[in-house]
This record gives sequence, C-alpha cells and structure tokens, in this order.
Amino acid sequence: MRQSIFEIKSNTALTKTVYKMELKGDVSDITSSGQFVNIKLDGFYLRRPISVNDCENGILTIIYKVVGKGTEQMAKMQAGEKLDVLTGLGNGYDLSPSGDKPVLLGGGVGVPPLYMLCKKLIAEGKKVSVILGFNTKDEVFCEEDFKKLGAEVYVTTADGSYGIKGFVTDALKDIDYSYFYTCGPEPMLKAVFKSTNTSGQFSFEERMGCGFGACMGCSCKTVTGYKRICKDGPVLKKEEILWED
Amino acid sequence: MGRLSVNLCGIEMDNPVIPASGTFGYGYEFAEIYDINVLGTFSFKGTTKDARFGNPTPRIAECTAGMINAVGLQNPGVEKVINEELPKLSKCFNKKVMANVSGFAVDDYAYTCEKLDKEEQVGWLEVNVSCPNVHGGGMSFGTDPKAAAEVTAAVKAVTKKPVIIKLSPNVTDIVAIAKECEAAGADGISLINTLLGMRIDLKTKKPVIANKMGGFSGSAIFPVAVRMVYQVANAVNIPVVGMGGVSSAEDVIELMLAGATAVEVGAANLIDPCACLNIINDLPKAMDKYGIDNLSDIIGGAKA
Repeated sequence: MRQSIFEIKSNTALTKTVYKMELKGDVSDITSSGQFVNIKLDGFYLRRPISVNDCENGILTIIYKVVGKGTEQMAKMQAGEKLDVLTGLGNGYDLSPSGDKPVLLGGGVGVPPLYMLCKKLIAEGKKVSVILGFNTKDEVFCEEDFKKLGAEVYVTTADGSYGIKGFVTDALKDIDYSYFYTCGPEPMLKAVFKSTNTSGQFSFEERMGCGFGACMGCSCKTVTGYKRICKDGPVLKKEEILWED
Repeated sequence: MGRLSVNLCGIEMDNPVIPASGTFGYGYEFAEIYDINVLGTFSFKGTTKDARFGNPTPRIAECTAGMINAVGLQNPGVEKVINEELPKLSKCFNKKVMANVSGFAVDDYAYTCEKLDKEEQVGWLEVNVSCPNVHGGGMSFGTDPKAAAEVTAAVKAVTKKPVIIKLSPNVTDIVAIAKECEAAGADGISLINTLLGMRIDLKTKKPVIANKMGGFSGSAIFPVAVRMVYQVANAVNIPVVGMGGVSSAEDVIELMLAGATAVEVGAANLIDPCACLNIINDLPKAMDKYGIDNLSDIIGGAKA
C-alpha cells in the first residue's frame, strides 16, 4: 500500500453516468489486475474505493459510475487537479489457473477491472473471451477497448436493445472455456456461480471503511474462514465462497 | 525523557499518541507503511473470550466529518490473539501494547483479562464496558454505574497490570460512572467510545447499516470528547485517556488541556493510514507555537 498524490490527466464521460479518469503518479504499488485504489475527496470523510481499469507508463486509469455525491464531485474534476490516493489495495486476480481459453464476465461497473486482466492474459498468449453485460444500449462501454486487445467480445443487454438479449450467463452457454473471471453486482455473481462448470474467481464489492484491512468494515464468511473484502479480497476463488441467505 | 513523554499508570511512554482500538487491527497492517515503534503505544482490536464474526454487512456509513460503524467486535478470540496475533506483533513492535477487552458477562471479562495478564507485551488492559450485558437484560455495562464497577472489580482481581476502563458517552451522567469505576479499583479511565448514531439511505428508504444503528466517530464528535474528558478529569484522581475525533497535534494538546494524560486516535487512522505518525511529527511545532515546553506539564491545564 502507498499513499501519494496523483494529478488528473483526463476525466471524460463514457456514458451518462460512467466516467473514465486518467491519473499520473506513483503506481509502483499496483502489482496485479483486480486491485483497487481508495480516493480522498475534499469535503467527504471516507475515501472512495474504485477498481483499477489499467495501469501503464505511470498512468493509472479508473472507470467509475456516479452513484452518489462523492462520485458526482469526482465527475466534475478537471485535468490538472490533484487527488490523494491509496494504491496497491486488495489481492487482485490470480492468472496462473486460467488455462488456455479463459472467459471474463463483467456486469455494468464491474467491467473495468477485467480490462487489465484481459490485457495480461492475452500477453500470456491465452485465447480470451469476454462477456460484457449491461441493462440497456446507452449503458454500454468498453466494448471497443476489449476488441482492440484481441479478445472475442460478446455484449448482452437485459432489454435486448444491443447485442445478445439477456444476461452474461445467457451468452456463456455457447462459449467453450477453461476457467472464468468475473466482477459485477451480486445477483450476477450468484448467477455466474450457478452457471459455470469450471473453477473461477469472483471480485466482490462492499461498503468499506478504510480499504486496507484495519477496520473490519467489509468482512465476509468464506469456506476458509472470515475474510476482509478489502485486504484478503476483493477477489475470492469459487471454492471458498459462501453465499449468505 | 523527551518533551513529548508522559507516564500512563506507571508506564513511561515516548509520547501520548495511541491509535484507538478497532482502527489499528493488531498493528501489523500499519507496520507495512511506517515504523509503529514511533507510537506511544496502541490499543489492539477489541478482544473477547470466544471468536466473533460480528454484525452482518454493510457495517459502515459515512457522515459529515465522521462515520458510523457497526462491526460488532469481530475478533479471533483471546486464545488466537495470544497464540497468533501477539507473536506477529512482537516482530514489528517492541513496546508495551494496550490490550482492549470486551465481554458480554462479568466472567467473560475476567476470563479474557486473566489470560492477557500473563502476556509480557501487554502493558495495560483497556476494558470496554460499552457491550450489552447478556445477564442484565442486554443493557450496556457502561450505562449502569454498578455494572461498570462490577466489571472493574472482577478484572482487578485477576491482573496486576494497570486497568483502564473505557466508557461509553451514551449516558446521562458519565462522571457518576467514572467515579464508581475509580472506587472499584480502576487505574485509569478512557473516553469517549463512539456515540450511537444512524443513517437512512434515501434511495432504498432503509437504514444504511445492516445493524441499523452504530457508533458515530470522526472529527465531528471532538467537542463532545473535550467536554466529557474535562468533566471526568475534574472528578477523578486517576489518569484519563482522552479520545473522540482526534485528527491533529492541536487536538491532542486540547484534550490534554482538558485533562487527558494520553490521547487515542481512532477514525483518522482509517482515512489517513499515517495519521498518528503525522500527529507525532507535528507535535513539537504545535507545542512551540503555543509555548509548551513539555506535554506532561499541560495535563489538565484547563481544569477548574
């Protein structure tokens, strides 16, 4: 973990509510895809945990959704402004069990962390399939980014206004895969858990206090004991997940 | 003996800064970012007789200048703390640590404290009486002077280490409770624990926190802490450890003027992992600014 100051290089809207921000600063603690950063915003007490979309040449890219007053304020920030950021948080995805043809399933704002993962898997020579799920056509983002990496990309929309009608699990039926990686809202993760016939890794979201394992605000129960989503996660292996209720 | 040193219940501390229980784990997460030996000491995660998962999530809500938590005393239980956490801690911390203890019955407190009494690295026992008393209708030990005194006496009977009773601010008369604890043998009083608070999500129209209510902490509660530390320090003859919304060297000085011998820093650690390090580094300059030679000289300086 590192606490340092980043300068905003760009901050642009991808959809009505989703923004992409590029930040320049010390990225040396960002060691793995699927990690997150925790951002301090003027006037807000708690930091905002946001997943790492990409990290290359000293530029950290995040893609975030405006869901409240904090992210609303972030969306208004301009290039040149500075942010206090904790980097290198969370375990990230483990690439080693991916096999030759992993599939990546992302839902909504769960899509961004899969980008850096996809890039790394393709660099290792894997044949990567990507399924991106959204509610409607005007919420779709990042499709071209994954295509440019050389992945086989499928887009689903719940209302059928773009791509395959339905959920990511509907597109999964026709794909031959060796392993899976996923990130998205909990109902989607549960559906992926049931629909997949291989092992895989899930990235979870939870309301956090600190983001680095101190406050126990984001604990969950797993097969292998209590885990902190922020420190022992956010990525958990399929075999260790215990769904509550 | 430096300018910052204080003596808390017979133990010399290099400075009065203590990360508060529940905001610093068992120390080693923070040892990854700075040498935690710069601290006066720290109060480790509230430890109970048996392991606890705590409350369901969400456990955290944001507030203006603060936060609410309802973690529910998640901890691995005293056996594991002694066998696993303390050995890890001894590798990165060479000072006496403050052991924070919670319980749900008088016997629980005594059991846990008796175990921790045998640990050399434990300097002080900080006993959190804000938990519900399962044999007393669920009312918090800390809201009843008699129950708080009963816990104090039970703990004192099993340890020779200094016992500091950590009080809840969610009471009508905190002075009466502090005095009962002193009469029952407490070596010190620490305050304030969190204020009971609640937030409601306007989108879902339901409480933000699964447990509905939780402990409100952060800079917003600092004036309440100053007031209560002042009241208690005026009424007892044992050292007071002040806490509640401390986030700067100036806040430390203010709480010491109110009567605190040492000062705990809580929620600030969660926002700025280096909060305590920065406060310690800033203290000499702040002391110069206000004409303070030695911190120990100002304890209770504002007292009546």
